[in-house]
Amino acid sequence: MPTAEQTLDEILNLAAAHFKVPREKLSPDDDFFKTLGIDSLQTLDLLTKLENHFRVELPDYELQGVNDFRTLASKIQVRL
Amino acid sequence: MLDLRQYTCLGAALRAALDRFSKEVCLIEAERDREKLRLTYSDFKEVALPLARALEDADFDPNDRTAIIMTNQSKWLISAYAVFYCGGVLVPLDYKLSPAEHLQLLAHSKAKVLVVEYHLWRAMMADPGFDRIGTKIVLVTEAPLGTDLAGAFRWEDFKRKGAPDFVMREKDDVACIVYSSGTGGRPKGCVLTHENYLEQCRSLTAWYPFWPGVRYLSILPTNHAIDFMVGFIGPFVCGACVVHLRTLRPEFVRDAFVRYRITYVSLVPMILKNLERGLRAKFDELPSWKRTLLNSMIALNRALTRSRPNVKLSRMLLGNIHRGFGGELLALITGGAFMEPSTMQFFYDLGIPVVNGYGLTEAGTALTLNDLKPFRADTVGKPLPGVELRILKPDGQGIGEVAVHSKTVMSHYLDDPELTLETIVDGWLLTGDLGRFERHGHLQLFGRKKNMIVTEGGKNIYPEDIETVFDGLTVKEYAVFAGNYIWPRKELGREALLLVLRLEQNQKLETSLLADISARNRKLPDFKRIGGYIVWDKDFPRTASMKIKRQILAEEIGKAVDNSAVKEL
Repeated sequence: MPTAEQTLDEILNLAAAHFKVPREKLSPDDDFFKTLGIDSLQTLDLLTKLENHFRVELPDYELQGVNDFRTLASKIQVRL
Repeated sequence: MLDLRQYTCLGAALRAALDRFSKEVCLIEAERDREKLRLTYSDFKEVALPLARALEDADFDPNDRTAIIMTNQSKWLISAYAVFYCGGVLVPLDYKLSPAEHLQLLAHSKAKVLVVEYHLWRAMMADPGFDRIGTKIVLVTEAPLGTDLAGAFRWEDFKRKGAPDFVMREKDDVACIVYSSGTGGRPKGCVLTHENYLEQCRSLTAWYPFWPGVRYLSILPTNHAIDFMVGFIGPFVCGACVVHLRTLRPEFVRDAFVRYRITYVSLVPMILKNLERGLRAKFDELPSWKRTLLNSMIALNRALTRSRPNVKLSRMLLGNIHRGFGGELLALITGGAFMEPSTMQFFYDLGIPVVNGYGLTEAGTALTLNDLKPFRADTVGKPLPGVELRILKPDGQGIGEVAVHSKTVMSHYLDDPELTLETIVDGWLLTGDLGRFERHGHLQLFGRKKNMIVTEGGKNIYPEDIETVFDGLTVKEYAVFAGNYIWPRKELGREALLLVLRLEQNQKLETSLLADISARNRKLPDFKRIGGYIVWDKDFPRTASMKIKRQILAEEIGKAVDNSAVKEL
């Protein structure tokens, strides 16, 4: 099982690839709505990508109130 | 459909529908691509009546209030019907509010019963204000067996055998209390009667009827006035089917259109734009000859449907696109927020009409709708049957405040006679929205008089409701405003909130203060955040009770500086 830091790193890589932004522009505590300039539906799109990658399933409500990569990673990590 | 003139209350109309359409499917519930539940009207009745009986046995009296805090799902509608069956009043609350906000509105509405999903109840139990909850009976859906629910019942177990007594209500009796805003300051609980809903349903279905076989995809939250009407009451009294999808993931929404051959769906701009983005990306991937062919088919469809939609023809010309939407889609319904005309035109040109409308919670669901005769992307349509609209104090361009007189207008604001008197004057509801009628009788909207914004997700955000997040900020005083309220402009869209800061004498705008503001801002859901700030150099005007005189302050700021003074946060 990957460590929490590895999970976080993979999420940042996937988000950078998905939204076509340089990886170095993203950091764990970024407000991804602001950094990526995305709305909540686009966030759900990203979540689907992450679920497929990590082979987990997260209900939509788990994402309510989550706006940084670190918290998102912790939600995924507990399901690995 | 039922002749709604025969009924005095929603409970009676729904009860008749369950008998009349007993063999038709009324509800489908899917979790992503997995169908979880399918109920006929007869099945629905079988599930709802034992719940109604259990409520009766728990001393639930007519007029008792039941709050529902749930995402869109079958138990929402089943619970609502059981409440109406017992003569109760429904209080649909927005599930996206915070636990503290839920507790606040539960207290304000004095709900005796609460129906809530497990994950939301768990969050409420963890809130510091949970001890003060006054709700007597709490029914929690989908709670794992054996979990400590702090005295609440599992919804699935809360049922009794035996026929419950149906409680008939009169037209003037209260059906629902719907909060249009006010979690931070002054809760605005719109008290809506059975007549409000029955009249709204009649006028909407006169233009856009449902019938057995229609499948309505319910995506907007059911607590929202639009989905409550067109995703529950409307389809049910016509024998149609409501499809609940328990996710808003775009890929599963797209899949649901096809899987369930959806006829109608209501969408907010954010979702429609997401669909548009997806389609445009697919078009861009086409080889150039296919793209050229597609463009010519779109142009042909546009030319042939200029005066009115012709769905059969559009399905022939643009078959692949229509099959992508299930092949039976008749229209996308939109309202509740500003929709870019270009997005609506994009879909119309593909042969998928977007029915744009205008309404507000205080006046039921919709006041105007586009009748598609012809399609107009630049208006919000014509007044529905039974709706009278006036433009108050029109300026030289005919633009003024929109006022409404209709049987769909709410009775009053709950426990706020002062606000009710300000809002309903001589039987006319003052909407706070600015509009004018063009020569064909269509309403065009041009902005707002009121201090609020509407997001692309269809959320009404009142500045007062989010100010508490800045409590304790180390400045002399502050206030949140809608940008439009300070600098009125005669257009909608791209609305933003801003923070007005009044610093202490000799205080400088330090980086640490801005960092504090940003951190607090992030605690808000993304759609409630402020976009910028402005430093104001005078004390705020206040009333004798020290409330900020917002209108005067906004006027002072608006006169002194223009919106280029706003600094991005």
